[in-house]
Amino acid sequence: MLKFILLRVIQAIPVVLAVITVTFFLVRAAPGGPFDSEKAVLPEVKKALEAQYKLDEPLTDQYFGYLGDLADGDLGPSFKYPGRSVNEILASGLPVTAELGVYALCFALFIGVFAGVLAALRPNTQQDYVPMSLAMIGICMPSFLLGPLLILVFGIFLEWLPISGWGDLPGDKILPSVTLGSAYAAYIARLSRAGMLEILSQDYIRTARAKGASDPRVVFKHALRGGLIPVVAFLGPAFAGLLAGSFVVETIFQIPGLGRFYVQAAFNRDYTMILGTTVFLSVLIVAFNLISDVLAAWMDPRLRTQFGKAN
Amino acid sequence: MLALTLTACGSGEKNVVSGNQTGYLHYGNGAEPQGIDPHLVTGVPESRIVHALFEGLTVKNPITLEPEPGVAERWEISPDGTVYTFFINPLAKWSNGESITASDYVWSWERALHPETGSLYAYMLFPVVNAEKFASGEIDDFAQVGIKSIDANTLRITLNAPTPYFLQLMDHYSTFAVHPETLLKFGGMSDRFTPWTRVENIVSNGAFTLKEWSLNRQIKVEKNPHYWDKSKVALEGVYFYPTENTVSEERMFRSEQLHVSQGIPIGKIPSYRAIANSPYVQAPYLGTYYYLLNTKKPPVDDVRVRKALAYSVDRDKLTRTVLRDTAIPAYSITPPDTLGYNPPKLFSFDPEKARALLAEAGYPGGAGWPGLEITYNTQEDHRKIAVAVQQMWKDELGIDVSITNQEWKVYLNTVSQGDFQVARRGWIGDYVDANNFLDLFLANGGNNNTGYANAEFDDIILNQAPKAGSREKRYQLFYQAETMMMEEMPIIPFYTYTSKRLIHPSVSGIYPNLMDSLNLKYVRLDPNQRLDLIPE
Repeated sequence: MLKFILLRVIQAIPVVLAVITVTFFLVRAAPGGPFDSEKAVLPEVKKALEAQYKLDEPLTDQYFGYLGDLADGDLGPSFKYPGRSVNEILASGLPVTAELGVYALCFALFIGVFAGVLAALRPNTQQDYVPMSLAMIGICMPSFLLGPLLILVFGIFLEWLPISGWGDLPGDKILPSVTLGSAYAAYIARLSRAGMLEILSQDYIRTARAKGASDPRVVFKHALRGGLIPVVAFLGPAFAGLLAGSFVVETIFQIPGLGRFYVQAAFNRDYTMILGTTVFLSVLIVAFNLISDVLAAWMDPRLRTQFGKAN
Repeated sequence: MLALTLTACGSGEKNVVSGNQTGYLHYGNGAEPQGIDPHLVTGVPESRIVHALFEGLTVKNPITLEPEPGVAERWEISPDGTVYTFFINPLAKWSNGESITASDYVWSWERALHPETGSLYAYMLFPVVNAEKFASGEIDDFAQVGIKSIDANTLRITLNAPTPYFLQLMDHYSTFAVHPETLLKFGGMSDRFTPWTRVENIVSNGAFTLKEWSLNRQIKVEKNPHYWDKSKVALEGVYFYPTENTVSEERMFRSEQLHVSQGIPIGKIPSYRAIANSPYVQAPYLGTYYYLLNTKKPPVDDVRVRKALAYSVDRDKLTRTVLRDTAIPAYSITPPDTLGYNPPKLFSFDPEKARALLAEAGYPGGAGWPGLEITYNTQEDHRKIAVAVQQMWKDELGIDVSITNQEWKVYLNTVSQGDFQVARRGWIGDYVDANNFLDLFLANGGNNNTGYANAEFDDIILNQAPKAGSREKRYQLFYQAETMMMEEMPIIPFYTYTSKRLIHPSVSGIYPNLMDSLNLKYVRLDPNQRLDLIPE
């Protein structure tokens, strides 16, 4: 197992390096620079600014310089926010975005697994159709529609929950987490239904039922661990997706997370910020994929032996 | 986090209700500011925070916009209008209790003008003798620049030529003083990377001081005990929120989380206008929305085509329908009543004449029209206007026009390269003077972008108007120059902007004015005023 993890980490290095390289040269190729503005900038001022941020050096020097700084964990100064470093901005937004992601994922798992298992127990009945239709709606409903709808109902008509902010008012974390988690809940419902259906048709489940095990016992004791493997495999990329994709939700609910910086960095041509967030997220995605692979291996003995042989 | 939740609980759920009791204003500020260093930032959200924390030599009267004493208690102007002597108020202090001196200004302006600082607004000080040369690195001895400290409280500024709007510039943040010792403690004079503006480090001189700065969450300022005019300050403090999305912002306002919003979704305006005691406040704003015409590219290199395009746009219809009466039709570049100056109106909506001009140019009824492209930066409102204009040109002139949107920085690049035929543009004045709009069209003006060049026009703006002597004579010259320019029609003006915001009835002292300038010193809260129910 350790060998497997180690191998995956080594494989990840060229992936991350490729992401850095491609991003670095792509953002430089985009028209317009960080200091272009609607008001004409004096040539001397622009030259001085470019010198301060080392943009006057040859591109390859800048590239290797960036890699060197990166090796020290320094993502550089932000172009848009003078006096702030990219590290600092990431550090301020990450806890919020991560917290939002965790809550959304918990919500998604709870609702999704519950609905999926319910559906799998009585396939092709009302108990299957209703949650699965809702899941389909959940997948189709974009967060920029669901968010305002929830706000309108729970925030403005019923006045049950606050509609903006994060940690400022009690309960203000509920609506954003639900909004962000809904689409994932729907995916998880469908995945867990499929996984459970497959497991429930296995011989060992039939044996358990023949021995008179009740529905709850069959589900919790025998089926769930195997049935949720597709869900676990989905979790890694899903969490990374939640982190990267929370921009819309963060904007709707005025949440001080990372997503807004990520998207605006691209509009602002804030080179170091674009690179910093991209590198950071790619590392996260690689890491979460690794974790979910390891978890899946732990849950499914067959996978474990496969790894054993391969390594 | 828990503590934060608890305090929020204790003070009641609605910011407006709790703020009215404790004297804190909750202000929707539009966007997260880039920073609060007066010499490094540009933009409206930044300027609001900088103006809360710092004060210039003069401040604008919030109603008339005429300059009033700020850090300078009074000033003298030499009879020829080129030497300004400012007398600094002995009571004016930094927030650490030290007195503000004339040499603080000399140091600060050296920083603002230093090429390495990279201040995008350095040109605000270019009326000062040798300032432009220093900023461009032509001279590096700051002693040659026309700013001298005579004694601790006396500052003498020498200008190249009379500059009637110079006192207004003293209220622009790019000319504010910063505290030299604080900056030097954290870096060099022209260093951009220092943490001197952080809560724990900053020293400022405005009515408020910085208490909290959470990125993308909120900025909190509190009354400055060292401020010279502190008895006038009614608020205990202000919270600024980065409300980028106007739809979310309006929801926050509706649920009484904000006293003031920075904008309002255009579709919501009618329902707000309809209610009694309406919180919706709209006022003319010193800005013009227009299309640049590239006079170097056919078919708009022909003045008859340019005029035909300008005459065939029904501005009343455009502002009434697309913009829902939130804008004022414009027929020239300078907004009306810019400190008493009114621009010429050389044409009106005249499709007959437009068709005749187009026929004269060789495209009768649109026959043989080579096509035309409108370029705008990606944004829904710009798209709506472009579509409406496209349709008007199709209906009135029978010509086909295509529209393309470009992402902001790509669009900036396209415009500065002159790689367009027609491009959207807006200009918001930095100070209230026609000069700020007319000098855009100087032959070598960085923001001209149309290829328009007229030596006579340049001469009036650069040489004759500054030496005009009287306001009346100066305005006549401006009128003459603007007429000359608009007869060539290098731009198609559409409308004058308005500021549009929601203000809770409990707030008073936010006066609508042409600059949309806010002086928090005058703002007051009255807990007895309630918000009427807003229909959905």
